[in-house]
Amino acid sequence: MSAATTTVTGAATGTGRGKEPVAVVGVGQTKHVAARRDVSIAGLVREAARRALDDAGLDWPDVDAVVIGKAPDFFEGVMMPELYLADALGAVGKPMLRVHTAGSVGGSTALVAANLVAARVHGTVLTLAYEKQSESNAMWGLSLPIPFQQPLLAGAGGFFAPHVRAYMRRTGAPDGVGSLVAYKDRRNALKNPYAHLHEHDITLEKVRSSPMLWDPIRYSETCPSSDGACAMVLTDRAGAARAPRPAAWLHGGAMRSEPTLFAGKDFVSPQAGKDCAADVYRQAGIADPRREIDAVEMYVPFSWYEPMWLENLGFAAEGEGWKLTESGVTELDGDLPVNMSGGVLSTNPIGASGMIRFAEAALQVRGQAGEHQVDGARRVLGHAYGGGSQFFSMWLVGAEPPAS
Amino acid sequence: MPEVLKAPLVVEFPFTRSLGPVQSAFLSGLRERVVLGVRTGDGRVLVPPVEYDPVTSEELGELVEVALTGTVTTWAWNHEPRRGQPLDRPFAWVLVRLDGADTALLHALDAPDGPDSVRTGMRVRVRWAEDRSGAVTDIACFEPYEAGQAAAAHAPTVHDGRFADPVTGIVAPARLDYTYAPGRAQSAHLHALAERRVVGERCPSCRKVYVPPRGACPTCGVATSERVEVGPRGTVTTYCIVNIKAKNLDIEVPYVYAHIALDGADLALHGRIGGIPYDQVRMGLRVEPVWPDGGGHPDHYRPTGEPDADYETYKELL
Repeated sequence: MSAATTTVTGAATGTGRGKEPVAVVGVGQTKHVAARRDVSIAGLVREAARRALDDAGLDWPDVDAVVIGKAPDFFEGVMMPELYLADALGAVGKPMLRVHTAGSVGGSTALVAANLVAARVHGTVLTLAYEKQSESNAMWGLSLPIPFQQPLLAGAGGFFAPHVRAYMRRTGAPDGVGSLVAYKDRRNALKNPYAHLHEHDITLEKVRSSPMLWDPIRYSETCPSSDGACAMVLTDRAGAARAPRPAAWLHGGAMRSEPTLFAGKDFVSPQAGKDCAADVYRQAGIADPRREIDAVEMYVPFSWYEPMWLENLGFAAEGEGWKLTESGVTELDGDLPVNMSGGVLSTNPIGASGMIRFAEAALQVRGQAGEHQVDGARRVLGHAYGGGSQFFSMWLVGAEPPAS
Repeated sequence: MPEVLKAPLVVEFPFTRSLGPVQSAFLSGLRERVVLGVRTGDGRVLVPPVEYDPVTSEELGELVEVALTGTVTTWAWNHEPRRGQPLDRPFAWVLVRLDGADTALLHALDAPDGPDSVRTGMRVRVRWAEDRSGAVTDIACFEPYEAGQAAAAHAPTVHDGRFADPVTGIVAPARLDYTYAPGRAQSAHLHALAERRVVGERCPSCRKVYVPPRGACPTCGVATSERVEVGPRGTVTTYCIVNIKAKNLDIEVPYVYAHIALDGADLALHGRIGGIPYDQVRMGLRVEPVWPDGGGHPDHYRPTGEPDADYETYKELL
């Protein structure tokens, strides 16, 4: 694709040359839980949107457009839910559009919203993603009994577990790395009031002795099923100047896709993920992600995906990702903290999960992450993926506006 | 040219809905033969009620009770009612503005005298269902009510929306009926399976062999038609041991779910491994299909007894 059209950032004149810098000035989430039986889907998304507007010091009339994302409609059985949610999100009389890219949708939704600001189509955009998993059964929604096809005999974990084994074989990683990731993420979640799982009595021994579901994946190394929503307010320079709290600035954002199955697909380290990260780093002027990025919030639904993505995203050489995890580099107080919020392993409203990653990256560089704040986080990567490692979306946000 | 297969696919699920405060009051009201609307910031009464003001986006909560009589604002005749519709004989879909409301509610009108008896502006009233559970179907339908002409000035009355034992959630069963056709390539593959042969297709551009074939190469985006018989033996490239029993699957746990690269295929397919203790399965194990009686996909794969494949021979297929 044309590099010339995507490398121009922040020409800083506002006269139409270059992209408009994009600022995250509001973040809002619901407290993620197994079932929010007290609210409708509209009530759920409203709660997150209202909190994001409050954080930005804005109200409904200040929003120019709404971009919403969620995972497949079968997950709740509401076809085109964006139609019914227009009232709840203050979208009446405004452009509203819906994005869908499976589990990565929360990330790609934020990027579509960001592009509307960057292109100066809109000044301030509300973006939101959600899932109310308690109203259906995602496993059912993903395994419709298609005639003539050989049925998947193992569930979601059974789809991903063989790839984890392939990673272990390829790298020689010791068996215990997955448990280290889960133990870390669940402890991080204890510092995040919005996280779903708050396992106050978690110990490494408990993770290690939890039942083996899809060997090599243990119960405690899998993500929960959550109800929740996440919203962000994205705006231009003028909007950022009016915001009551510091902004997170977009330095690079990209999406890539590839087929779920094709000859030559590398499930351990998909090419689309590598290409997506490379595009983000190029936009942001990052030459050495391990040195230049302060923290990463990545989509890890099964614990072993932390070392796998560390390699895929260029934070470690091939075969070396597990060493970062094992040596404590990815701990909250480590040199490259990963999943400060507790991650997908602690909170998984599927459609929102990608946006929660992006929002956590923004909170970190804004210095608004509370007890799970990484001191001095200036540049943080948010990452999401979905389908059978089919869709990737990422953004890199910084505490300073992008250099012109 | 073998016939292209097709089969019914029924997608059916009882979705649940948490109602939130406004819909909870509305449906609890229907159960008690009360129709509630909500008053908006500009004083209009919306029936059915909504949670958020369509004009100002403010949260709404001021509930009012409206009349059980109203006026048809528009309609369409339904000649052939389908499964799950409110009436099992021809009826009119109507939008009814209940007296005291500013918006219209979609429902069915029982009009035994046929479409000629229905008109915009006609007066109707609620016919309640005998068994009511807190659902929009608690209104069985509307019926003509020509006696009630002069109710134009009906004023809605404030209602606190509280009912004993309120309805907080409903089950919304959904069902979609499809006819599924797997297409030319997969049909040919299935016909070959019936003869215990595994047939894939080779991409004319990248030369990769796809099993099962899809009729097109996902990498090159070109049609595939050159049939290639592969396997039936293959190599376990990777696997997991399944320890939890899946619903609708009559397989004893633990069992091994593996990716199997059939000899001559350029990507692995998925299958269960049997005929060997689950904890002795390994990457590189050589396997062959065990066919079911009556044709179709292999029931599972079992060891051939050959020496394991060298990692270098299948690592690109992981």
